Amino acid sequence: MLLKRGPDLKYSDVTPRDIYLNRRKFLYGLGLAGGLALAGKNLANLAFPSSRAYAATSLPGIVKSPFSTTEKVTSEDRVTTYNNYYEFGTDKGDPSKNATKFVTSPWSVSVEGEVAKPRKFTMEEILKLAPLEERIYRHRCVEAWSIVVPWVGYSFSTIAKLVEPNSNAKYVAFESYFDKKQMPLWGRAGIQLPYVEGLRIDEAMHPLTLLTVGMYGETLPNQDGAPVRMVIPWKYGFKSIKSIVKIRFVKDQPPTTWNITNAHEYGFYSNVNPKVDHPRWSQAKEVRLPGFFKNTPTQMFNGYGDQVASLYGGMDLKKNY
Amino acid sequence: MNRILMNKWTKVVVFALCLVPIAVLVWQGPSGWSANPTQYLEHATGDWILRFLAITLAVTPLSKIFGLKQLVRFRRMLGLFAFFYACLHFSIYLGLDQVLDFRGVWSDVMKRPYITMGFTGFVLMIPLAITSTAAMVRRLGFRRWQMLHRLIYVSAVAGVIHFYWLVKSDVHLPLIYAVIMAVLLGWRVFAWFSDRGRRPAQGTPVRKEPTTVAAS
Repeated sequence: MLLKRGPDLKYSDVTPRDIYLNRRKFLYGLGLAGGLALAGKNLANLAFPSSRAYAATSLPGIVKSPFSTTEKVTSEDRVTTYNNYYEFGTDKGDPSKNATKFVTSPWSVSVEGEVAKPRKFTMEEILKLAPLEERIYRHRCVEAWSIVVPWVGYSFSTIAKLVEPNSNAKYVAFESYFDKKQMPLWGRAGIQLPYVEGLRIDEAMHPLTLLTVGMYGETLPNQDGAPVRMVIPWKYGFKSIKSIVKIRFVKDQPPTTWNITNAHEYGFYSNVNPKVDHPRWSQAKEVRLPGFFKNTPTQMFNGYGDQVASLYGGMDLKKNY
Repeated sequence: MNRILMNKWTKVVVFALCLVPIAVLVWQGPSGWSANPTQYLEHATGDWILRFLAITLAVTPLSKIFGLKQLVRFRRMLGLFAFFYACLHFSIYLGLDQVLDFRGVWSDVMKRPYITMGFTGFVLMIPLAITSTAAMVRRLGFRRWQMLHRLIYVSAVAGVIHFYWLVKSDVHLPLIYAVIMAVLLGWRVFAWFSDRGRRPAQGTPVRKEPTTVAAS
């Protein structure tokens, strides 16, 4: 299956970095800050160094994937310092600051449930189950912002096939690591923890569904869900569960964290859909970070409709939001 | 203390302090506004609206409790700064977030309760800013002016609800603002009742100051 190009790939026109650089020039040009600001910025950088303090290991032998978009990749620095990981704080800048000491080794993932061969995979095994692919995906947050990220991993179906799901396996339930000691801000999250997510079996087995072990050619930074997470590019970001410790094949639709928190706002499916608004905001447009303007039209299934629309044939996506 | 408050330079210093939040934002520049600059600016200015509303609402209670009559001289300026940050906040939402899509903004205002609430709070501040001059107080007459300016209570409550309804699950910060506003407004209710009973409030030295009592 080849990824067909979306109808309008004009994101390369949107060069938000230029916008902000221009604005910066404009401000400095006005002499509002001038040279003093430059000096100040350097001082500020000394006082508050960029908080990307993780021991990234580059992943060898990554192959390119036809599933990748040709859109401009969002810069690593932006992506890794602006994200949600409520166990490490609810501000977007919190995870990169608070997850630096998160211990992700040794790590293992238990794959169990309605399968013939339940098994515990060590992280070392997971890294070697299949050739690692770089998949450049659009990532659309339910909060109406989006980024383009070069993830590294392989289709989830690879690991699923190894445990041989039986005919009762209709859904897959995922569970994140949770440790109050390592995640002291957990109490502020306002969501039930450990974080749990779920997919229908056909969604999970879809080739686009990525078991992810890295990004930007390196292992995952702690704040982005190290050491292993899911990425489901046609669903809102919160479906892409981080730091997975348990994968369970089950008969019935499993509970999912944001649906438990607020069922009215976050459905089990949570497919990107510009026609179904979040009760509190429109989903018709998004802001492509690090841009200023929320004027990028959101695409059905985040632009992956050609690949995944058939999964939802005959379903009312307004009801099954 | 009242003498320091009377000094004209004090007002200049307070004015400059009120500009620090916007100065910091300019200083940080776009590279300091996170990967989502529009949201960063919305949140930063939004925080300062609530803070300035709280500070403005704290003027009357503080001046009464500590007998600092001259504190009231700063009230108008502080309230106008709340309005200033509200204008910035709304402009960022209108110009950057919604990219001047007036229809989109209007449908947001009508359809999204948290935006309805924030917009209400903002709109109610406009007449207060317009009638903030001494000439306007005279024109309206003090009684009517005072009644009008009680709208700031509604704006403050609307602002907190706006914030509370906007967060996804972590409500601790909106709740802190709610408690602060509740204390500031609760003090007024308390003061009003004890005034009506023409007896000093418990533990509060009441100094009658007819021209600056309630509307604040």
